[in-house]
Amino acid sequence: MSVPLTLLGLLDREPSHGYDLKREYDAYFGRGKPLPFGQVYSTLSRLARDGKVVISEVGPGEGPDRKRYIITDLGATEVEQWLTQPVEPEPHLQTVLFAKVVLALMLDRPAGEYLDTQRSAHLQRMRELTEIKRGGSLVDALLADHGLYHLEADLRWIEMTGARLDALKKAVRQ
Amino acid sequence: MTIAIEARDVVFSFGQTPALRGASIAVDPGEIVAIMGASGSGKSTLLHCLAGILVPDSGEILFDGARVDSMTEAQRSSLRRDRFGFVFQFGQLVPELTTAENVALPLLLSGTRRAEALRKAYGWFERLGLEGLEQRRPGELSGGQAQRVALARGLVAGPEVLFADEPTGALDSLTGEQVMDLLVTAAREQGTTVILVTHEPRVAAYADREVSVRDGRVNAPDRIAS
Repeated sequence: MSVPLTLLGLLDREPSHGYDLKREYDAYFGRGKPLPFGQVYSTLSRLARDGKVVISEVGPGEGPDRKRYIITDLGATEVEQWLTQPVEPEPHLQTVLFAKVVLALMLDRPAGEYLDTQRSAHLQRMRELTEIKRGGSLVDALLADHGLYHLEADLRWIEMTGARLDALKKAVRQ
Repeated sequence: MTIAIEARDVVFSFGQTPALRGASIAVDPGEIVAIMGASGSGKSTLLHCLAGILVPDSGEILFDGARVDSMTEAQRSSLRRDRFGFVFQFGQLVPELTTAENVALPLLLSGTRRAEALRKAYGWFERLGLEGLEQRRPGELSGGQAQRVALARGLVAGPEVLFADEPTGALDSLTGEQVMDLLVTAAREQGTTVILVTHEPRVAAYADREVSVRDGRVNAPDRIAS
């Protein structure tokens, strides 16, 4: 899970304070592992330093929660690129795919198209592994099979998610 | 490069139930294409339209420059017999014939003399690791053996296009992969175009590319889309 990109994605929806960002992150992406406040603010500081967010106001009373973060064009471009590019097909990428789908639905982006792109990337990798299996030794075949079965599991998840996008969209945009 | 077989904006309904709603696909000569999709997506219907088994309600099927959809039943039957090959989920071998006669069947139906047809059929037994099974009846074969016999029957006449509808659907994973390996190897050696319908990604991974059918339309990310 990329915390900086996920926070940027949440900011692409609307400007927000650190506390609200953490609350939303924990609700959708934390899954029992809340994001520490320190990591939220250190990440936001790095994003500000790199020009991907700006701080719009610092209210009276000081304290980090007085800062309101707004995504910049640079940050929005990075989110767009991240969402549209398929994840490198490899085992155990479910959390990244999950974050992309949820954020795409929150941002009213074409999540179904992103899933199609990811499906193509997965099948391309499966073709490569199948060629390795067909042309290699039994050991090569066993290693290729390990990758193939994991990628197949991802694909089944992609299919199920694709079939549930409408319901999922309602759930994340309440 | 010329196109081997193509569907253009094909619509087909089973009574009031639409199965294809404007499906398009173009396949190059010698290409192996997997058509994927969920149950009821229309993928098998698309294969049957491409193969001239079903006639679309509208749209075009083109093979070798000719409109398959406007051919007579006799012309389509001739096309299927002489230029296409088929492998289905359950081998659909003729139980009364020996396996060798089953493999030779497309040649016999095309008018090849029996001795010549059987000679060619026997060649496929060696090629597909089926030596010694030539005189058995289909009921005496394992599922994997029967499907390899069905594959030999589909390829024995040197078809220009092989249509394979869930060819491994009734087999366990390992046997299914052996059948796919043989299918791809034989098709490449012969330069046969293959249209493969499957819902299994690991089977589709044997193809050169995949298209997915959803709600009766083809989504082909790397090529044309309907």
